[in-house]
Parts: sequence; structure tokens; C-alpha cells
Amino acid sequence: MKPGTRLKSAACDTEVMVIRTAGGTIECGGAPMAEAKPAEAAALSPDHSNGSLMGKRYVDADNTYELLCVKPGKGSLSVDGVALVTKDAKPLPASD
Amino acid sequence: MNIALLLEMAADAAPDRIALVCDSKRWTYGDLLAAARGAFEIIQESGVDYVALLDESSEASMIALFGAALAGVPYCPLNYRLPDEDLAALLERIAPALVIGDEERVERIAGSQGHTVFARELFTLKAQESWPEAGDREYDPGEGIAVQLFTSGTTAAPKAAILRHSNLLGYILGTVEFASADEADAALVVVPPYHIAGISALLSSTYANRRIVMLPAFEPEAWLKLAESEKVTNAFVVPTMMARIIDKMSDIRPDLSSLRSIAYGGGKMPREIIEKALALMPDTGFTNSYGLTETSSTIALLGPEEHRAALASDDPKVRARLTSLGIPLPTVEIEIRGEDGKVLGPNEAGEIYVRGEQVSGEYKERSALDAEGWFPTRDAGFMDEEGYLFLSGRADDVIVRGGENMSPGEIEDVVLTHPCVGDACAVAIPSVEWGEAVGMAIVPREGQPPPGEDEIKELVRSRLLSSRVPEKVVYVEELPYNEMGKLLRRKVKEILAD
Repeated sequence: MKPGTRLKSAACDTEVMVIRTAGGTIECGGAPMAEAKPAEAAALSPDHSNGSLMGKRYVDADNTYELLCVKPGKGSLSVDGVALVTKDAKPLPASD
Repeated sequence: MNIALLLEMAADAAPDRIALVCDSKRWTYGDLLAAARGAFEIIQESGVDYVALLDESSEASMIALFGAALAGVPYCPLNYRLPDEDLAALLERIAPALVIGDEERVERIAGSQGHTVFARELFTLKAQESWPEAGDREYDPGEGIAVQLFTSGTTAAPKAAILRHSNLLGYILGTVEFASADEADAALVVVPPYHIAGISALLSSTYANRRIVMLPAFEPEAWLKLAESEKVTNAFVVPTMMARIIDKMSDIRPDLSSLRSIAYGGGKMPREIIEKALALMPDTGFTNSYGLTETSSTIALLGPEEHRAALASDDPKVRARLTSLGIPLPTVEIEIRGEDGKVLGPNEAGEIYVRGEQVSGEYKERSALDAEGWFPTRDAGFMDEEGYLFLSGRADDVIVRGGENMSPGEIEDVVLTHPCVGDACAVAIPSVEWGEAVGMAIVPREGQPPPGEDEIKELVRSRLLSSRVPEKVVYVEELPYNEMGKLLRRKVKEILAD
């Protein structure tokens, strides 16, 4: 999968843009994400339902994976079952 | 990833929010995205290699920037202030292009180059009409070049600097929190569209959902009035603009109580000017941002608290930071290297090197990055013990006299302390004995007698090593600056050669 690929959640409205990735499975709401939405929605896993926030970047502990949330939803993001965490921008004092 | 994503997300999250105010016309994020998609249709149809802008800032510069990105065609805003001959040469380097702006001029100076030309109003109108509501479009994935900017060429012919989608997005995603602006926030954008600060201002405000207030042509009174009437919260200026704004504030004092932050960059800020600005606007935070075209804008910052702390300090070292470039952004690495390429320690002057995602360091003809991804900025400077970066000039401007390297800035700073000197520039002049020697052009201060040549030489001798003493001094009415306030040293060299 290439950076810039847009992935959709099978369980909620979440959509992400892939910034960095490796061989693992990217999931949302506990179900694998894909470029197209499945015909039938997957169930939202209660373990992965903290929600995703628009404009937030999500990374794993090693920074191997990085996703940009471009549409928010109820499911939370994970890779191979391990939850991703948000990475904050380091805002400039509005320099431009 | 494509930079158009920034506008798509803004329009998704806040379609009805005002994105842009220009010539008292208001555009929402929804309006701009629709027009950018319309521009995509026009660009696709024209089959051009570039989308160029030969015009002042307007809604067309935003529509063209994002429309070109959607189409995967590099956007190349051009400096309309260039003389015909220079501009024709740049237009030839990007032919065939879709050129938005001065139709008559393109026809006259580059009529045979195969460009498609649209006047601004026509382009904007067509872009608004062209987006088909239905029908899926395949937009460019953004793996290539987003923006091409010709450098200002203060030391040599303009180079075509290339900024990829990944460089610009690396900068924006790393430094701007999405939708972080309040609905009342407004950024006053006055830098011309062909300057990197003009591009990054559009991208960062869009992603922050901050209203952009455009002032197409800088004029201090118009700037102050617009800042007041639009309740501007953030602004970016180049040092010459700041000097003229402050000057104007002795006649008119508009209500600038909304103005939280003024950032400046693009040239050296005279200490006198920034001190005056801090005194005149005690509630505004000032930020010095240092960056280059090749680095997608800012790489180091001196923030508001650091300005006030430097101003209030009795320690000359801390006070000197008022004219520093501040601290490198956490998202980039900066090193100072000597001529042999070795990394130098604190307070040792050398060339500034930078590395990071936002650093393109790439020209159309070649990449200037080394094997480890470091970009030699050609700016000369040093870092103090606490990591504050100081600029001493362009590496190409260094005067090498008998093997000794001298920074022109150091000599100029001394000469400028003379009460009868208004402005000064030191450049290398050929010397049979030393290879190069110091030449000095001086603008006498208005209403003062021009200082004698011997007086200038004695002043330098009393403060610096004798090798810094100018061998030749000329007096001129003014020094050649470009419209961004950059001193054109190659032209000063020509003056001294005569």
C-alpha cells in the first residue's frame, strides 16, 4: 500500500489517509480498513470504539505507521489489534 | 498525498466558514473548493505543463494553487515586477503554461511561446462555472511537484526551486493543528503570491480554518486600516513593510487590539525597527521566522516571549538575541559547518545546513541535498550556547581577503553606528595584492553631511581587525533592494567596479 492511499472503515464513518505504513493490517473499530466500503457494515468492537478525530495524526509506538484522519467516526484506529495514539502538531506561534 | 487535501478537509469540516476576503469579496471554503475543482477542469483541458500566475494576490491565486494540485500540474507564480526580458526568459522555461493574469503582457513578451492565457476575472468566473456537480474525477495522487518557484536571484540567475506535495504537507501537518483557528481569527496576507511565505500562508491558514484577509498591494495606511476593519489577529510582513507601518503609526493610530501576533521574515530586521515595533505594540506578540524557498518556509523561530525577554535583559548576550533567528523548529535539524564540511561548535561561524521532511533542497536541474539529506542553505551564520541561530549573510557574500574570511554584516554593523550613515553595504572588490578586499557603499543619512572616507576607515579600524578596513568607499543615494527588501549585493558590486 502506498502513502496517500485513502482507507475507509468497515464499521463506522472514519476515513484515513496513509502517511506511513508497513506490512500489518490497519483497522478501525476492530475491523480491517479498505479502499472501498464493504456491502455490509462490520460490527463496531467495544474495545475499539473510542472514536477518531478529524485532522489528527495517529501513530504506533515505533512510528512505523502514521495515519491522518480525514473523516471522523465512532471506531478507533489500530494496527494488528494494537491501538494507535495521536501525534500532535507542534504549532508555530502563527508565523505565517 | 496531495496538498489539495488541506482545502478538501477544511471544506468538509466548515463549508460555510469564510476562508478568504479579497477586495471586500468573501469566499467560503465550500466556494473555494468548488472553484478549485472547476480550475482542474480548465487545466486538464488545456494540456499544459505548468499553471503560472502573473498577477497580484487574489482569489485566483488560491484557486490556481489548489486547482493545479488537483490536476497534478506544478503551480508557478511569477514575479510580475521583473523587467520584460527577464520575465520572458522565465516564461520560456515553463512553456507551455496556462498563465493567469496580465494577458496583454504575456502576448507582447512571450506571444510565440505557446501559452494559454486567462485574465484573472475570466479564470475565476470559468473556474466557478466549470465544476460538474455529477461525475467522479480522478484527481492527482500528489506524488510529484506541487509548486515551482524561481528564486529571487540576489547572487546569480534565478533557479527553479521545486517543492513536492510531500515537502509542503510535511511542513503543514507538522506545524499546524487542523481546524485550530477560532471563527473570529483572521490572517492578513500581504506577501506577493510568488514568495514562499505567500504560499505557506495560504496553506497553513486553510488547514487551520483561519480566515485569510488579502491585501494585494502593500501600502502602510491600507494595511493598518484593513487590520482594524477586519479585526485581523495574525499578520506576516517583511522588514521593509514593518518599517513603513511603524512610520505611518506616527500619523494614524488605528485600533489594533485584535492583532495578537505579527510574524516577520524574508530579510534582516534592523534592531532599531523591531525595538520600535515592540514599544508601539506592547500587546502584540512578535515572531521572527527564518526560512528559505527550498525549505517550504520556516525552519527557525524567535517567539514572542523571547522577543520581550531579550528586550528586557541587561545581559548583552541575551539582548543580542533580538536580532537572532531564534531556535530551529522541532521538526527539522540544523547544523553549522565549516568549509571542510566539519560540524562546528557554539559561536563558530560557518554555513547553515538543514535537514527534514519539509526540506526540498531540489532544483529543476539538480538536487542540492547531500547523501545524508542535508541542504546547504548558502546562508552563513552561527549558533550560540543555547542554540539560538544568528545569520551573518549569504555564504556567497563572504569576502576572502588573503585567505581570511570576513562577513560583510560584521563590517556594515560597525559602519552603521556612525551618526551620518543611513545605510551601508560591504562587498568584495578585486585586489591585486589580496585577491579580494573590502569595498563599501554608503548612503549618507538625510540632512547630515556625508562622513569622510578616512573617518569611516578609522571607525572600522578602531572596532575590528585592520583587514576589515575598506579599501574603497563610494557614496550613493540609495542601495539596490528588491521588492521583498533583499539587498542586491551583486548590483552593489557592479557599482563598486565602476
